[in-house]
Amino acid sequence: MAAKQLKCRECGTEYALEAIYVCSKCFGPLEVGYDHSGLEDVGEVRRRIQGGPQNIWRYHDFLPLEGPQPRTRTGLPAGCTPLVRADRLAERLGLREVWIKNDAANPTHSFKDRVVSVAATRARELGFDTLACASTGNLANSVAAHGAALGMDSYVLIPADLEEQKVLATGVYGTNLVKVRGNYDDVNRLCTELSGDRENWAFVNINMRPYYAEGSKTVAFEIAEQLGWELPDRCVVPIASGSLYTKIAKGFQEFINVGLIDGDVPTMSGAQATGCSPVAAAFRDGKDFCRPVKPQTIAKSLAIGNPADGPYALDLARATGGTIESVSDHEIRAGIRLLAETTGIFTETAGGVTTAVLQKLAESGAIGSDERVVLVITGEGLKTLDAVRDSFMAYLVDPTIQSFEKAFAESARI
Amino acid sequence: MSITVKLPTQLRDTVGGAASVQAEGATVGEALESVFTSHGELRDRLYQNGDLRRFVNVYLGGEDIRFLDGLQTALPDGAELTILPAVAGG
Repeated sequence: MAAKQLKCRECGTEYALEAIYVCSKCFGPLEVGYDHSGLEDVGEVRRRIQGGPQNIWRYHDFLPLEGPQPRTRTGLPAGCTPLVRADRLAERLGLREVWIKNDAANPTHSFKDRVVSVAATRARELGFDTLACASTGNLANSVAAHGAALGMDSYVLIPADLEEQKVLATGVYGTNLVKVRGNYDDVNRLCTELSGDRENWAFVNINMRPYYAEGSKTVAFEIAEQLGWELPDRCVVPIASGSLYTKIAKGFQEFINVGLIDGDVPTMSGAQATGCSPVAAAFRDGKDFCRPVKPQTIAKSLAIGNPADGPYALDLARATGGTIESVSDHEIRAGIRLLAETTGIFTETAGGVTTAVLQKLAESGAIGSDERVVLVITGEGLKTLDAVRDSFMAYLVDPTIQSFEKAFAESARI
Repeated sequence: MSITVKLPTQLRDTVGGAASVQAEGATVGEALESVFTSHGELRDRLYQNGDLRRFVNVYLGGEDIRFLDGLQTALPDGAELTILPAVAGG
């Protein structure tokens, strides 16, 4: 495989490609390092990708996995989600060109299937028989489903107050579902402690985290490929831990490095909910670290008060000329409606955050008139139905023409 | 003032493999200093420029000390500190 080692992002110490995630010298996070010297023939690399399966395994050369060959890999195929041109949304916002990367179109309806596919496959390669995770909901769905698809036991730990839809869409797969009395950061702390004692468990976002995080790069790979091997000028991406945001940039960079696309990493605009905005606050205050917060927002899938990749997200926003903005719960609900009404795509609260931040950037004039913008929509509206409840009226009529006409005549008068 | 400091697997080699060590001190910082006197290697793992490294989380009774008074957080007798690496990703 092209992956060669794990490397500490802080001090550079290298480790073997095992189930470890923290540098034992400085506690910095470990990241997968690659040797792409075998990919000089760019035409051949491109043909291999285009001839690959309609899922993330087509980017096998850029993922930290051994055999078997991609076509025979089992499990839940993730990725190859639509990139939709959103002219009506662009027009509404006064922008030239907006595209929606609709990652709700994954097997369990969020981008988490990308990261779990990679983590679960690597876990099998390393001999694990059990998957586990700490989750704000979408990851719970995905880990439970991948456990079922791969025939692995799974343990899914979630905050007890999670949206009902996300709880139901996890339990149905027959996982060991654990509701923890606390917020996500409490669940995460518990899982980090547990991972030290459960050596045969692959916690996808803890001891498998270096592999897991690599899955997010495939969002960037697909955007570039779907744009005809070109880069967008700007991506608007939600930030919870900061992992997706930073790995999308890494994905573009890797394609640039091997010569598959020309140009620079796009301007990266990060999106948070004001009720949980430690990264946006640090960006605004010019800090290079995040002060943890207690989340209080309807965007529960982004409610990570202590974002592990926050420092790297801040570096990336500044390096690419981007920003990290936050929006209120009211703006999040309006964002969900705006996207739905202009594109036909119904997203969950995280997508409401992203859309509302795009709107905020557009209205402030931060987006140039010639920019091609990609909005990364990470999850499905049916998972957070409460966010749109009572946000519109319906007509109630008797089954007669007279009643129908009367209802609309009355509404016309109002 | 007897304090228990629980260590993650990544740090246990610095204390001979133990999952926790005993400490003394009225604050989090003092308690950690008391551990460093007998296990000096821990200091470099946890500290940089006199403060906790940015990927080190310390919890007092389940609460991140950054929500309290950081290293100055007062410790009741018998308190339990937990040191964990920062990871997250919902």
